[in-house]
Formats: sequence, structure tokens, C-alpha cells
Amino acid sequence: MNGVTRQAWIAVRLIVVGALVLGVVYPLLVTGVGAVIASGSAKGSLVESDGEVVGSELIGQNFEGDQWFQPRPSAAGADGYDAMSSGGSNLGPNNEDLLAAVQERRAAVESQAGTGVFVPPDALTASGSGLDPHISPEYARLQVSRVAKANGLSESAVAGLVDANTAGRQLGFLGEERVNVLLLNLAIANARR
Amino acid sequence: MTGWLAAALSIFALVVVLAAIHVPFGDYMARVYSSTHHSRLERVTYRVVGVDPDADQRWPVYLRSVLIFSVLSVVALYAMLRLAPMLPLANGKDAMLPMQSLNTAISFVTNTNWQSYSGESLGYLVQMAGLAVQNFWSAAVGMAVVVALIRGLARTNTDRLGNFWVDLVRGVYRILLPIAFVFAVVLMVFGVIQNFSDTTVATLGGGEQLLPGGPVASQEAIKDLGTNGGGFFNANSAHPFENPTPLTNLIEILLLLAIPFSLPRTFGRMVGQVRQGFAILATMTILWAISVSLTVAAENAHAGVALQAAGAATEGKELRFGVPMSAVFGASTTLTSTGSVNSMHDSYTPFGGGMLIFNMGLGEVAPGGVGSGLYGMLVLAIVTVFISGLMVGRTPEYLGKKLGARQIKLASLYILVTPTLALVGTGIAMATEAGRSSMLNSGPHGLSEVLYAFTSASNNNGSAFAGLSANTDFYNIGLAVAMFLGRFLPIIFVLALAGSLASQAKVPETDGTLPTHRPQFVGLLAVVTVVLAGLVYLPALALGPIAEGLS
Amino acid sequence: MSTVSVQDAPQVKSGAFSPASLLTSLPAALRKLDPRNMVKTPVMFVVLVGSIVTTVAALLTPSVFAWSIAVWLWLTVIFANLADAVAEGRGKAQAASLRAAKRDSMARLLAADGTISEVRGVDLHIGDRVVCEAGDVIPGDGDIVEGLASIDESAITGESAPVIRESGGDRCAVTGGTKVLSDRIVISITAEPGSTFIDRMIALVEGSDRRKTPNEIALNILLASLTIVFLVAVTALAPLANYSDAPTSLVVLSALLVCLIPTTIGALLSAIGIAGMDRLVQHNVLALSGRAVEAAGDVSTLLLDKTGTITLGNRQAHELVPAPGVDIIELAHAAQLASLADTTPEGRSVVVLCKEQFGLRAQEVQDFTDAQWIGFTAQTRMSGVDHDGHQVRKGAAGSVFAWVAEQGGTVGTEVVNDVDAISAAGGTPLVVADGQRVLGVIYLKDIVKEGIAERFAQLRRMGIRTVMVTGDNPATARAIAEEAGVDDVLAEATPEDKLALIKKEQAGGRLVAMTGDGTNDAPALAQADVGVAMSTGTSAAKEAGNMVDLDSNPTKLLDVVAIGKQLLITRGSLTTFSIANDVAKYFAILPAMFVVVFPGLETLNIMRLGSSNSAILSAVIFNALVIVALIPLALRGVRYRASTSAQLLSRNLLIYGLGGLVAPFIGIKLIDLVVSQIPGIG
Repeated sequence: MNGVTRQAWIAVRLIVVGALVLGVVYPLLVTGVGAVIASGSAKGSLVESDGEVVGSELIGQNFEGDQWFQPRPSAAGADGYDAMSSGGSNLGPNNEDLLAAVQERRAAVESQAGTGVFVPPDALTASGSGLDPHISPEYARLQVSRVAKANGLSESAVAGLVDANTAGRQLGFLGEERVNVLLLNLAIANARR
Repeated sequence: MTGWLAAALSIFALVVVLAAIHVPFGDYMARVYSSTHHSRLERVTYRVVGVDPDADQRWPVYLRSVLIFSVLSVVALYAMLRLAPMLPLANGKDAMLPMQSLNTAISFVTNTNWQSYSGESLGYLVQMAGLAVQNFWSAAVGMAVVVALIRGLARTNTDRLGNFWVDLVRGVYRILLPIAFVFAVVLMVFGVIQNFSDTTVATLGGGEQLLPGGPVASQEAIKDLGTNGGGFFNANSAHPFENPTPLTNLIEILLLLAIPFSLPRTFGRMVGQVRQGFAILATMTILWAISVSLTVAAENAHAGVALQAAGAATEGKELRFGVPMSAVFGASTTLTSTGSVNSMHDSYTPFGGGMLIFNMGLGEVAPGGVGSGLYGMLVLAIVTVFISGLMVGRTPEYLGKKLGARQIKLASLYILVTPTLALVGTGIAMATEAGRSSMLNSGPHGLSEVLYAFTSASNNNGSAFAGLSANTDFYNIGLAVAMFLGRFLPIIFVLALAGSLASQAKVPETDGTLPTHRPQFVGLLAVVTVVLAGLVYLPALALGPIAEGLS
Repeated sequence: MSTVSVQDAPQVKSGAFSPASLLTSLPAALRKLDPRNMVKTPVMFVVLVGSIVTTVAALLTPSVFAWSIAVWLWLTVIFANLADAVAEGRGKAQAASLRAAKRDSMARLLAADGTISEVRGVDLHIGDRVVCEAGDVIPGDGDIVEGLASIDESAITGESAPVIRESGGDRCAVTGGTKVLSDRIVISITAEPGSTFIDRMIALVEGSDRRKTPNEIALNILLASLTIVFLVAVTALAPLANYSDAPTSLVVLSALLVCLIPTTIGALLSAIGIAGMDRLVQHNVLALSGRAVEAAGDVSTLLLDKTGTITLGNRQAHELVPAPGVDIIELAHAAQLASLADTTPEGRSVVVLCKEQFGLRAQEVQDFTDAQWIGFTAQTRMSGVDHDGHQVRKGAAGSVFAWVAEQGGTVGTEVVNDVDAISAAGGTPLVVADGQRVLGVIYLKDIVKEGIAERFAQLRRMGIRTVMVTGDNPATARAIAEEAGVDDVLAEATPEDKLALIKKEQAGGRLVAMTGDGTNDAPALAQADVGVAMSTGTSAAKEAGNMVDLDSNPTKLLDVVAIGKQLLITRGSLTTFSIANDVAKYFAILPAMFVVVFPGLETLNIMRLGSSNSAILSAVIFNALVIVALIPLALRGVRYRASTSAQLLSRNLLIYGLGGLVAPFIGIKLIDLVVSQIPGIG
């Protein structure tokens, strides 16, 4: 057997060994450990309401209607927040479609929160994943009066729920302050009852 | 706490951790590749695959092993992608089409991990036993090649560079696999999923949402550790199931920087002069720090009419990470040949996005991909030594090895490869309807999308200005060629260089020798790296990001 | 003999460069436009192709701009060739004077039976014996096998003082073309016609058989690959520009390409190499290969002969040590008197010492009428005088002691101790006696050349180790070594020891340089990386070395090293300069090309150049003129001072790196101020 053939045989066998050790044993081992020590998060940090799974804490979803806090705009799927079709708009910083979208979104927010209010950027731009579960506290506060009115709740109660669902920076300095829209809306739904 | 203080602290934390680990980790890797001991698992593996682990290879044999292993890996991965529906855990997904399969197979074997598909369209088994396995192998190949080059510099009067199979297996068993395992578990604890079923939920708003499942954590850890970057999902590390919190974001940045920033120490150890490794590390760190600062500054300024209208460069960025740490990830991933993204680069500001292209244009050396970053930087060091060595009146030498015609020829060829592939590819794309029709954005930004694609593929980065519709025959084939040649031509030159260096005796160091461990050399190497890339890419950048940014 | 004194720091001075030589070399420069010649320099070949392309483009669509670019691209090529031609021209003048010496002489061939026949010099072959007498021009290289003669070697060395050559020993070699001034000698021819020393010299200074040196080849490869990268970058720019609705013309693309590729160093590279050899020639050193000149820059160990290199040729009186009870003035008087008849340098140095230290009036032998002089001979090892009832003797300790004993005197232990002490210190003791009385001891010592210690210190800073080679005993050798500041010493050295030392150094990866003249030096000269043979040496030595020093001055080795370093530094500095230039050219050309479509790019026009056309043309003109401007520097070499590598690098980076970055900004702006006035450009 010459050198090339010999080495090819080594390569083939090593590829098979790798597929088994790295491709099967390793992920299954991780899965096994996960089932023991991180079963909730390994399954997707699912959120339940009344025994029903209503979503994942980590994945944003669409909310129709004034009674819900609105998430960021989403470019995932045709209607947004399609979890099987993650992704951003990929529109460039000078893209006219993006500019139009931003202006349209600003107008939509202003039509409810009042013309000339400060609209935080996260309300105007889509996230990278299209599944961003968070909005900024500023954007949440902008929606308080609308949500309160639609649900028949007092603004202070709703604002309190916003505060309760606002997470600070991790370890005090990592990332941004943010509000989980699903958890906040869940709190709204519970408060409404 | 203001956003900027928080961002500064985050970057500081990153630097502190890297500074703390690079010495012990680098030393550990040096021991891994210098040890004569084989563990039991390794012995079993060698016996099964038929390797004599104590045989030392000459450079052509080492190279042949690399090429044979890689080409057969492409074949195996291609077959797997094509046959996926017939395999278990297919999760009801279709097979990938031939051209896209070829592109993907080459992409993962070359450590590029360019994805013209979206991860959601693939079954579980193909991802974990096909793509993720190549995340290990391709990373270990890069490390093996740089170890061979280091041996070339360290050894004298020999034609032997080590055993590729041993270097490959050790890289996986002793370095990549254990660390990937630990961090897969850590990521899982913080929210990265690891399961085998999609979940359908009735949403609060009365709709329905299908949540994807999959063995994500196990793939996520090696994706970053091995500077691969191929995301389990289309949105890559922007996806909350891949990168759920600011902390996991920091961990992922750390993972993708850990090996490239520790290998200089390994190099210093193996050549017996730790300070030489430190000089290389310092050069990489300076370039990284400058690039990160400029990218963060550009994103903070949020230039561009649409971003100005929005008030911040938040388009394509996740709220939980914030703009600064998205930019840090972006700069780090393009400087390391990783190519995973936690934000959509296509929506970056003109100069921010231009910086990302330039980062890749540097040749993935600051700190670069696992292994490939260090060997790229060592080749640049050789070119720098050649020019500056002349200026001190000696025929140049690096670490006691004379740099003659053969060494310079190989180093020059190395430096030629990726700019040529990137610019020729971009030129052809812009000259053809097939190339132009894939652009999402128009004007200079569209040109940037194409330039990004070919720069990314040629330098084996894998990230994209993802607006480009890359799943066409033109791009699947064109970028596959760029990725393949961009990976293996440099490896050929590096191993030939290693062979020519190993065969030399060592010239003793005198006061007349150009010192290559002082700040002077560090500065010079950084300048040469930037100037070489700058001169080559500037005309193309002028018509893309610069034209857009200055309009 | 030497024009170089050891006081000089190893700093290489500039050779002559006259601007007029630019004009006289122009025809040669034009002849070099032959593509077969141009293709040897890839960088300039690309410029040539660019010139042709722009000329064709200018013919098809004529405009002031297109023609201006075409003309200046042609000038760029011609300027590059001019650099070569000027460098070669300087050697040609020297070659012409050598040829004059090599006129076809007749030789008197001595047959085995003793008969003599006249043959032409070109018909002589190795082993032939020829007879030369006063007035004859020696017909070919050879060794004297019979006789002794004084010879005028000015034809090759430029030194008019005649030299003595004699059969046997290390001074038997004669060179064809030199002239016998006295006596009759028989020469055995050692070189075939056409390959004599003078032929090789002519070939060398003309550069006709110049081959690229290893480092030059390596640099050429790097430059070629940079050229390819830029070729790719500029070619790929065309479709990008088309997409951007800013189509570019071939003329502009050619201009951009020529400005980006490293034309400055590409144009000057071979001139630098020729000039390096030429600088050696001006130091009266002939390098038999360019490789040796490069190696000289790399030398890390210098083997230096003690005598002539480190010390003056002879020992000199240094001190007088009187015997107990003897007045030092009396000793000085006696020493002076005894030395008057001693014409050896040592003897004369005693007279000088007595005059300088003790103010004794210099006396002449003629001043004494009744004295009987005893000259110094190798047998007696004494000199002296019998005068006025005194018998004064001076000489080697053993001889004088024996003589004193003969006279019935005794030698005190103090004197013996003094003698031993001087010997131990590496000196030579001479004892002075007056009849039975021993007056004292003269301390003769090796005099280390002035300034040599500083020079060795400089070499040490440059990372070069010096090893002194001497036949002296170790004690003597170490004493001198310490005084001269050499790093190591090889005492009681035999040729075998020398060879072994060189091999040992080389095994450690060091490059070794040495000088030598004797036949027994030949193996070591051949083994050394830089072997400088003295022109006075044997043909075997000259064959073995890779350089010949026509002045036969061993100290020259230090200059050879400096010239080698200077050659490499010039290459590196101009490469850096060339690449640094590109930054400014981008700032000139890129905005000019695309500002119409992207007005924002005007921001990059930081030089505020007049118009797009004037900006591009100015960059091209600067690129061409800088070649001419740097020809003198390429020929002279950049200034070089011995210092550590880090200092050298900082200095050269500052001048040629930073200078290369800044200079074109100023140059292009100035040219633009003129060019933008031209109608059709501005």
C-alpha cells in the first residue's frame, strides 16, 4: 500500500471515529448532563400559564392589540417572530426601505403615545434574530398608558409591573437594562383577571 | 451606571480574563504538543485508525496528511448533507441541494463556516454529527499546522515536523473536547438549549409559535472555541437559544478569543523564548484593541440616514447585548476568522461595517483563527523581519533562522493568496449579472455585501453581510473555491516554510541581530500588518464603505 | 599605503556622484529598454507594459492628460534604467584604465633546456616559465621561481611606490600588467590568458558577470509579489468602478498601478548592488562575488592578525628600568649610544624614547670619529659601540648576560627579576651593559594602534566578536588582547588552528571574516565566509579568498564589514521608503478617480490638489522623479554608523519610513501646483 492510500485509510477511519465520538457521544453526554442539572433551560426556558406552555422566556412573540405591550419590530418570517425563521432585516444604514420603515414605526408609536415624544431606537428597529424577547424600559414606559387604558388597569399598577419585570444589567455591568415582553404581558394578563 | 462605563467594564473583564488564562492555557497547549506520552484513549484511537503515533513526518508527508484528511472530510460531509433525510433524527428536513452541499461541506472543513443555508432547515443529526464534528476537526487542523510551523522554527537541522495525526487527535482530545464539554454545560445552565424536539406553543396573544429544538449547547461551545462560527440557527449568536444573556455573550466572546490569544504563549514556550510569544501577543492585542475601539465608536455614532432616523445603530442588534457589546462581538468575530455573529453586520454603520471587512482583510491574524491566526502572524513577522532586518545591515533572520529567497518566496505567496482571491472574486461578481443580482442593498452598500462575502470566504471567516442572497450557483461555487484555496494554499506554503526552517541551523543572537521581542518590533509588525492590508483593500473599500460613509 | 586610518569610525563615506553622469549614461539607459532585459526586473517590466498600454490608449483617444501620463510612465522606466547605467558607468571608467595596463605584451618563454623564445602574452599557459627583466611588463599572473625584483604595481593598486617580490615564501606572486623596475626574475605562469587577475578585475568592475546575490533575489521576490497583489487590486477595481457608475480609463488604472507597485526600490535595486561592489573598489578592495559583500554585513566573528592590524608592525621601546644604583639618565645615555648602530625599528625606537623621555640630543653615527660600531645581527642579538674606553652593549637578555659574564662581571638578581617581569607582561626585555656593569633594562612592547580599542568596542555593539590571531605565546598575546580590547585570542596560532577556529565558529552558526596573505592561509581563507587576501600575498591566497585588498591593509576588514552592512541597509531603507510612499499616492489618486460619483470622497483629498487629472499626473510625476532623486543615495549608500541594531532600526525607520510617508504629500502637492497650470490638465 503506498503512502497516499495508507493515509487515506487512516483519514477515513479517523473521520468515522470522529463522527461517533464528537458527533454522537459528546452531544449525548451534554444532553444527559443537561437533563440532570439544567433541564428547564435545556428544554428552552418554557413559560407556563395555567399549566399551558405559552412560549419561551427567551423567544419574543407577536402580540396583537392595544392591551399588550408590543415587542420590537421583527424581521423573522413574513409576520415577524417566526421562530423557525430567525434573522434580521439586513437593510443597510442608508437603506431607503429601512428609513421608510423607521419613519412609519415612529409615526405609529407617536399616534398612540403623542407626537414629539422620545421614541427609543429599539421601538424603531428590528433585532438581529427577529426573536428579541426584550424591549427597553423606555419603550415599555411609553406603552404604559395605552396598555393600562386597554386593560382597565391603573397606570401606576401597570408601571409597577413594568418595573417588576425590568432586569438590570447582569452582574451590574453586562448588557442593557431590559424588559421581557412575554413575562410582562403575562403579568398584565394575570392582573387583568 | 452609564452605558459607556458598563461597556468599558465589560471589555475590561474580557481583557482581564484573557490575560489571566493565556499563560497557563498557552503553557498547557505547549505541553500537549510537546509531550511524548499517549493517553489510553489516544492509544485506542491510533490503533483503530492505524497510526504509528511515534513516527515523525517530513513536511511533504505532513502536508499530504492534512490535505487527504481535509478532502475526505469534504466528501464525507457532502455525502451526509445529501443523504440527511435517510438518516435518523432528520426531523423531517429535506436534503440540501448539490451546489449548496458542496459549498457547506467546504465551508465547514475549511473552518470558514459560511452558511448559505439557514440552520433551521437542517436536521439534528446532520448538525451534530456532520457540521459540529468538522468544527472540532477543522480547528484541530489549524492548530496542527501552526504547531508544525513552530517546530520548524524551534528545531534545527532536521526534516521532521512531527506527526499530523497525533497533533490532530491531541488537539481534539486534550484541548477542544474537554473545554467544549465544560462550556456546553455552562451555556446550557444559562439558557442555551440542548434537546431533540421542536415545541409548538399557543402564545399569550392567541397565536401559535413553533419553537425550534436541537443539540445547540454542544455545538455552540465548539463553534466559538474553534473559531468556526457556523450557527445552529440562521440568526447565529444573535438567536436567544444560542446566546440568551449578556453573560453568555461575554462567555462566547471569551471562547472565540481564548485559543488564538493563548497560542502565542504556546509558541514562546515551544521556541524556548517566552518573550517572543509575548511580542506576537502584544501585536495581536494592540490591533484587536484598536479595531474594537473603532468599531464601537463607529456604531455609537450611528451614521447613515436610516440609523440617524432611528436614533441609534440598533437595527440588527439584540437589546440584551446593547450596541457596544454587539460591536465588540462583531470586531472580535471578524478578527478571529470565527464568523459567528450576535448582530447583523449588514446593518452596521458604513465605517463600522467597513472596519469588519478590513478586520478580515488583515488576514485573520489579530488574533486570528485557532492556529491559522498565529501562523498568519508569524508569516507577517517574517516579512517584517525581512524588511527591517535589512535596515540594520544584516541579511535577515527570525529566531535564528535565516530568511533567504525560499523563505521569502513562501511568505510572499502566502500573503498573495487571500487578497487575490477576495479581490478577483469581488471583481468577477461585480462584472457579472449573476454576482450583482444577489445584492439586497443598492449603491456602495451593495458592493460592500459582495466584497464582504469574498473577503470572508477567502480569509475563512464565514460571517456575512447577510442581505446577500448567497444560495445561488454563482456564490455557492465561487465562494467554495475562495474558501478552499484560501485555506489550503496558505497551509501548503506554511508547511513548506516550516520544512525549510527546520532544516536550518540556528544563527546565534548577537547585538547586531534585530531584536524581535521589543516594543519597537511589536509596533513595526502591527504597522506592516495594517499597511499591507490597507494598501491592497483600500481601492475596493473606497467604493464600498468609505464612499457610503463619506456621502 | 592605506587611505583609511584606524581612527575612523567604521563609517562608510560616500563615493563620487556627478549629475553629469546622468546625461552621459542616457544612451545606455535607452538601450536597456529591451524587453528581454526588462523582464529580469518584474516591477519595472510592469511599468514598461503600463507605458505601452497608455501610449496605445493615448494614440486612440488623444488628450493632453493621456499623453502626459504616457510620457511620464516612459520616463519612469528610463529613469530606472538610468540608475543602472550610471552605476555601471562608474565601473566602466575603472575598467578602461585597467585595460590600458593589459596591453598585449610579448613574453620571453624559457624552455626546459634553457633556451628563450619570444611568444605573445596571450599564448602563455599554466606552468610556462617566462623571464622578465627591468623595464618589462609582466605578461601574466604567476609566481616568481627564481630571483628578486622591485615591481611597479600601480596599474592595479594605484600605488606608485614599488614593491619587492622574490622567489619562495609569501611574497612571490606577481600580477600580469605590472612592471618590473629592477633585476631579473623567472616567473611560473599560474593563470590562463583571459582569466588572469586583471581580467577578472575588469569583469568585476564592469559588472558584466554580475549575478543577483541571495538577498537581492529574496527582495526581488517580495517586490514581485507586492506587484502582483497591486496588479490584482487595480484590475479588480475596474468592474467595481463600473458598477459604481464611475468607469475608469486604462490610462488612469495604469497610472494607479505604477504608483502603487514598489517602483522606487524596483528601479534602484540593482544599482544599489552594483554601487556596493563599486564602493569596495573605491576602498581598493575587489570582491570576487557579490555574495561575499552581503556576507560581510552578516559577519559576527572577525579573525584579525595581531601584527599590522591590531599593533603597529614592530615592537617599540616603552620604558627604561635602571639597575639598582644606576642613574636613569646614565642608562638612557648608554641605551641611546648602543642603539645608534641598530637600524632595526626596535633599535630606532630606543633612540626615539631616549630623546622624547629624557631630552637626549639625537646623535648620529657620524658625530663620533673614533668609535667602533657593532651592528645588530641575528646571530649576536646585540648591538653596541666601543668608544672612549667604554664598551656599551644592548641586546637580548641572554646574550648580554653572557657577554657581561665574559667581561668578568656579574648580573644582579634585581635585573633578572626585571627581565622576567617584562617578559611576563608580554613585553620584550633588552638589557643594557657597560663593560662589566649591567645598567638596566629596556622594556620593548607591542604598540596597539591608536583608536583600535574604540573601534573594537563599536564592533562589539554591532554584535561582532573580534578574535586576535598571533604566533606569540599565550601570556604575551593575552596582555595585548586586553589592551586592544579584543574579545578572544588565538595564541601560538598555526594555520591549522586558524582553520579549526573558523570551523568551530561556523558550526555555531556564525559567519567569519579574516585576512590572510600566506599560502598556508589559503585553507582558512577559503573556509571563511569573507576571506580578504592581501594583494601582496601568494596567488594561492588570492585564489582562496573571496576578496582581494589591493592596499594589503588588514585593517580594511573593518571597512569591508561596514560596506556590507551599508549595502543591506540601503536596500531595506529604500524598500521601506517605497512602500511608505503609497499612502500619499492613494490620497492623491483615489479621490481623484471617484469624486465625481461620490463627492464625499473629496474629504480624502487632504492635499487639496487642483483637479482629478492634475492629481493623478502629479502622483505619476512624483513617482518618476523620486527615482532620479534617489539615484545618488542608491549609489552612495545610506549613511551608516556603527551602533546597535535597535538604534539603527529606529533611525532608519524615522528617516525612510516616516520620511517616505510624509515626503510624497509635499512633493505631490508642489508638483500639482505647477501641473495644474497646464491647459487640459488643471
